[in-house]
Amino acid sequence: MIEVRIHGRGGQGAVTAAEILAIAAKEDGKYSQAFPFFGVERRGAPVQAFARISDHFIRVRCQIYEPDHVVVLDPSLVGTVNVVKGLKEDGVVVVNAREEEMNHLSEELGDYDVYYVDATSIALDELGVPIVNTAMVGAYVRATGTVSLDAVKDAIRMRFPGEIGEKNVSAAERAYEEVKEL
Amino acid sequence: MKYTVGAVIKEPGSTRRNKTGSWRIFRPVLDHEACVHCGRCYMYCPDGCISLDPEKGYVIDYDYCKGCGICAKVCPVDAIEMVLEED
Amino acid sequence: MGEVHVVNGNYSAAEAVKAVDVDVIAAYPITPQTPVVEYLSEFVANGELDAEFIHVESEHSAISAVVGASATGVRVFTATASQGLALMHEVLFIASGMRLPIVMTVANRALSAPINIWCDHSDTMAQRDTSWIQLYCESNQEIYDTVIQAYRIAENEDVLLPVMVCYDGFTLSHTLEPVEFEPEDEIREFVGEFEPIHCKLDPEEPMTLGPVGGPDSYMEFKKMQHEAMKEALKVIPEVNSEFEKRFGRSYGDGLIEPYNVDDADVVIIAMGSVCGTIKHVIDEHRSDVGLIKVKAFRPFPGDDIRRLIEGKDAVVTIDRAHSYGSMPPLWTDVKAHAPDVEVSSTIAGLGGRDIRVEDILEVIEVAEKGEGTDEPVWINVNV
Repeated sequence: MIEVRIHGRGGQGAVTAAEILAIAAKEDGKYSQAFPFFGVERRGAPVQAFARISDHFIRVRCQIYEPDHVVVLDPSLVGTVNVVKGLKEDGVVVVNAREEEMNHLSEELGDYDVYYVDATSIALDELGVPIVNTAMVGAYVRATGTVSLDAVKDAIRMRFPGEIGEKNVSAAERAYEEVKEL
Repeated sequence: MKYTVGAVIKEPGSTRRNKTGSWRIFRPVLDHEACVHCGRCYMYCPDGCISLDPEKGYVIDYDYCKGCGICAKVCPVDAIEMVLEED
Repeated sequence: MGEVHVVNGNYSAAEAVKAVDVDVIAAYPITPQTPVVEYLSEFVANGELDAEFIHVESEHSAISAVVGASATGVRVFTATASQGLALMHEVLFIASGMRLPIVMTVANRALSAPINIWCDHSDTMAQRDTSWIQLYCESNQEIYDTVIQAYRIAENEDVLLPVMVCYDGFTLSHTLEPVEFEPEDEIREFVGEFEPIHCKLDPEEPMTLGPVGGPDSYMEFKKMQHEAMKEALKVIPEVNSEFEKRFGRSYGDGLIEPYNVDDADVVIIAMGSVCGTIKHVIDEHRSDVGLIKVKAFRPFPGDDIRRLIEGKDAVVTIDRAHSYGSMPPLWTDVKAHAPDVEVSSTIAGLGGRDIRVEDILEVIEVAEKGEGTDEPVWINVNV
């Protein structure tokens, strides 16, 4: 079972990112769970969302304390929030950041496998708004291989039917191509 | 007594079988000579036991009258007297 | 074969209500149940569900409206949580006393004060004695399946009692997971057309509902409600196995779901979503532990539970509610039916406090040490 924690700010779509991952897992024939950090969400405040993906039905229902993977939708969260808290030793971090930001961020992220992509630019290009969740899901599945890109595209189209879905699919595809390992 | 599921009563109006006239201690007796047909007793009776008969004037239904005495109290000409029921 | 969708628990509930084709819905939104009301009003507005959606100004009105609607002989639904359920309290007795087959979902949430929107079972436990059948769910699939079965149970001629389908707020209501939805025509065939049995308000054929029941009759009607609850102990397993035959899913016998109990030295008795975490702990850490998931809290399958726990080394309950100044409700019911078995009591997960794997391990330890038999042990608490 893979446990994923997604850090974002209220309004960036962290919960939707977790949901897309869960739906994509089902499209790949796997079992999944997605849930928000239970509580009150405010725009701009640091938020978390979670996903579990497994080959078997997932029974455990407590929160995730020791994730395998962490996704960070907003580089400003690194340093503000301990985004690697509880992350397993061989854990993976996928962060939305520009190359020049990585020098500074890498200190905070320790020895983990770190991947980065400029999802903000991709989202602005493809969607016209800085909502990076779908791009970051694309980058995440490239970095970890947890689910396939095709499944992610299907899940995005289910969640956002029509033109908006296609734009988000493009964002996911581009981030899938552009993500780099540190 | 029949205990139906949910205390449903399938026979509407069956409460008429409960003749509350037996509760009475004082019985209202109307003096038709003194009655001025104002209709106050008819309007005030809480049990709807007083009705207007075209021949006899106002009549009291002793099957259901509980003897509360409101009719006697509101009568402007004291035409209704409360008389002790005899066994 | 059904179709698998990745949905949250509230959607599961709404989808089931749509599938059974209810006629009248009256509900008032409250966290964490709100999306149920939103999904259902959307279904009605889109013409996917041919029902009357009555917009009400409170939960007291919502339950009152469905009482009235149900009395006219149609299939009804309402949903609530926490303070909303508390506001319904007085009318819950009327629904059950009139023997109306109402189905209501409750997204379990704590009660104020202090203000808390997160999960525990205080809201439904406080309605324990309202003569509603109470069924608790572990997964979103179980919510869907249980809502469908609830109509069959409530509308059974020998039962005719309202049913509360309870599922944990947020832990299920706001968590997405795969759920298999069956074809609606098959669900409708399983549930059947609603035929009013004991009452139907109809101007053509008038009858009196909700009359006075004095000292000469009130007790008889109340004893009849108790007998109906006992009948439900038979009807719930029947519906559960019929559902299994048709759709391939079941939850124990519909009343309790034992897990690894035969091989276990220690048995945990619990309700709701925490049962999933307990099964996970059994699979991953403690194969010597078993679980009795109590699905039906009312009627309480006490004798079945007693038979399973007799002779075990240690038995422990997890309550997500408390009866302040005494012992918590699940423990009390277990002990009432198994007075000779030592049963430890733990309280966990009040107001949304997460029940973690380590907390389940602590519960097991409490049982093994024989603690908590006359005073509940509070798990993961700082005072």
